[in-house]
Amino acid sequence: MADSQSLSQTPSEAFSKTSAVLERQRRAKIRRNLFYLALVVVGLVAPFVAYPVFLMKVLCFALFASAFNLLLGYAGLLSFGHAAFLATGGYITGYLLASYPGLTPELGIIAGTLVATVVGVVFGVLSIRRQGIYFAMVTLALAQLVYFVYIQAPFTGGEDGLHGVPRGELFGFINLSNSLAMYYFVFAIFIFGFAVIQRTVHSPYGQVMKAIRENEPRAVSLGYNTDAYKLVAFVLSAALAGLAGSTKTVVFQLASLTDAHWHMSGEVILMTLLGGVGTLLGPITGAGIVVSLQHVLGQSPLGNWVSVILGIIFVVCVLSFRSGIIGELARMYNKNFK
Amino acid sequence: MTMIFGVPLAVFMGQITLGLVNGAFYALLSLGLAVIFGLLKIINFAHGAQYMLGAFAALLGLEYLGINYWLALLLVPLVVGAFGMVLERYLLRRIAHLDHLYGLLLTFGLALILEGTLVNFFGVSGARYPTPEVFQGGLNLGFMFLPTYRAWVLVAALAMCLFTWFMIERTRLGAYLRAGTENSQLMQAFGVNVPLLITLTYGFGVALAAFAGVLAAPLYPVSPTMGSSLLIVVFAVVVIGGMGSILGAIITGLSMGIIEGLTKVYYPEASNTVIFLVMILVLLLRPVGLFGKEA
Repeated sequence: MADSQSLSQTPSEAFSKTSAVLERQRRAKIRRNLFYLALVVVGLVAPFVAYPVFLMKVLCFALFASAFNLLLGYAGLLSFGHAAFLATGGYITGYLLASYPGLTPELGIIAGTLVATVVGVVFGVLSIRRQGIYFAMVTLALAQLVYFVYIQAPFTGGEDGLHGVPRGELFGFINLSNSLAMYYFVFAIFIFGFAVIQRTVHSPYGQVMKAIRENEPRAVSLGYNTDAYKLVAFVLSAALAGLAGSTKTVVFQLASLTDAHWHMSGEVILMTLLGGVGTLLGPITGAGIVVSLQHVLGQSPLGNWVSVILGIIFVVCVLSFRSGIIGELARMYNKNFK
Repeated sequence: MTMIFGVPLAVFMGQITLGLVNGAFYALLSLGLAVIFGLLKIINFAHGAQYMLGAFAALLGLEYLGINYWLALLLVPLVVGAFGMVLERYLLRRIAHLDHLYGLLLTFGLALILEGTLVNFFGVSGARYPTPEVFQGGLNLGFMFLPTYRAWVLVAALAMCLFTWFMIERTRLGAYLRAGTENSQLMQAFGVNVPLLITLTYGFGVALAAFAGVLAAPLYPVSPTMGSSLLIVVFAVVVIGGMGSILGAIITGLSMGIIEGLTKVYYPEASNTVIFLVMILVLLLRPVGLFGKEA
C-alpha cells in the first residue's frame, strides 16, 4: 500500500513520510530500552525487598518459560517435553558439582547446559519429522523416555534425587552461599538468557521463524529450509531450558524427578499461556504468578488442591484468556494510547 | 521343561499373555483417541483421566450402589460418555474454531482437574476391585496357566474394537462420521447435524476409554494416576501406528504389548522404555507411522 501511494507523491513528500516512520521507530526503540532498564533496576533492588530464594526460583522458571515461549510463540511448535531439558541440565550440573568438589559452579552450569543442548538436538531431529499434534505427542513420549532413564540411571539418585549439591565459589572466589551473591549471579544468567531470546526474535532469523509459523508452505516455496530453522529454534530453546535447570540446581542444591515429570512440561506451558504466548514479557509474568501461587497455596489449607487450581487456570486461559496477561495489556495499550 | 532362548516356556507364554492384555488396552485407548481425532481434530489429553474415571465409577458403584461388574460394564461407559458429551458441548465446542492445539491444552487442564480432585479424595495408593466370581481361577493350557480374567479382557477388548469397526464401517451413523472426517462443512451443507455428530463422537470415544477403565479395574490397582502414565505410552503407540485405520490401531496396540512383554522376559530394565524406543525407530524409518497415510 505504501508503494502505490508513493507513486502519486513527490519525492520530498515520500521522504518526509519515511523519515517520520523512522523517527517513530527510533522513539519506540528508546522507550523499549528505557523500559528494559527500569526492569533491570527493579531486578537489582528486588532482593532487598523480597525473599531472595523465592526471587531466584521465579527467575529460573521465568528463563525456563521464556525458552519454551521461543519455541511456541515464535516458531509455533508446541513441545510437551521441555521438562526433559530442565531435568537434564539440573542432573548433570548437580552430579558434576557433587562429585568433583574442585569444579566451579559456572563450569558445572555450562556443562549441564551443553548436555541439555545435545538432548535437544536428538529430540529436535526426531520430533520435527512430525507436525502439529503429533509433534506434541512425540516430544511428550521422548520426555517420558528420559524420565524413565533418570529413574534407573545410577548417577541421578533414582526416586531420592541428588541432595546437598554444593553451591561452591563462582570463578573460584565469589562464595555463592551468600544468598545475595547467588541472587545476582542468577539475575545475570537470566539477563543473558533473555537477551539471547530478545536478539533471536528480532533478528532476520527470527523473522523467518515467524514466517514459518504463519505459513510454512509459503516459507518453503520462498526457498527456506524450514526444517533447519525449526531445528535451530528447538535446540536454542532446549539449551536455554537446560541453563534454567542447571541454575536451579545450584540455587536449591538439589535435582529431583519432579523436574523430569510431565507435570513440569505442563506447568511451563501454563506459565507461558497465562502470561501471553509470543510476547517477551509474558512468560516472565506467567512464571512469577504460577510460582507465587504455588508458594501461597502451598502454605494455605488449599495446599493439596494446587494441581486442580492450575488445571482450572489452564481451562479458563484456553477458553477466554488466550492472549494472556501481557497480550491483553498490550491490546488495551494499543487501543487507548495509539 | 521346554525352554525358549533360555527362558522356561511357561514364563515366556505368561509374559506374552500379559503383554497381549496390556496391548488390548493400548488398542482400545488408541482407537478412542483416533475416533475423536478423526472428527474433532484434537488429541484428547483427558483420555487417561476418563479411563481412570471408568475404573473409579466401577469401584464406587460396587461399593456404594451395589452395581455388579456386568452392570458396570454397561452403565459406566454410558455415564462417563455422557459426561464427555457435556464437556464437548460446553467447553470443547467453544474453541472448535481455533488452532487444534488449544483442544490439547484444554483437555490437559481437564485431566489435571479430574486427577487432582480424585487424589484429594482417595489418595494415590490404589484400591482393589474384586475379580468377578465367574472369572476367578484360570485355565490350565498344559504349557501354561492362563488366568480366566485376562483371557476375558482380551476377548472383550477385541470384541469392542470389532464393534467399533462395525459401527464406523457398516452403519449409517458411521458413514456420516467418515464423511464428516473427510469434509464436515460439506456434510453440514447436506443437512447433517454436524455439531450433534461431533458431540456423539466425542461421547463415544470417551465411553471407549471408560469401558477400558472398567475392564482394567480388577486387573490393576484403581488409583487416580492410573491413566496418565498409560496415556503417554498410548500416545507413543499412536505415533507408531498413525491414526489412519482401526485395524492399524489394533495391530499396533497388540504388537506393542507383546514387544513390551518380551522385553520384560529378556531385558527387564528396558521394559518401561521399549515402546518409546520403537517410536524413535519408526520416526527415523517411516515418519508417517506404520499405518499412516503420506501427507
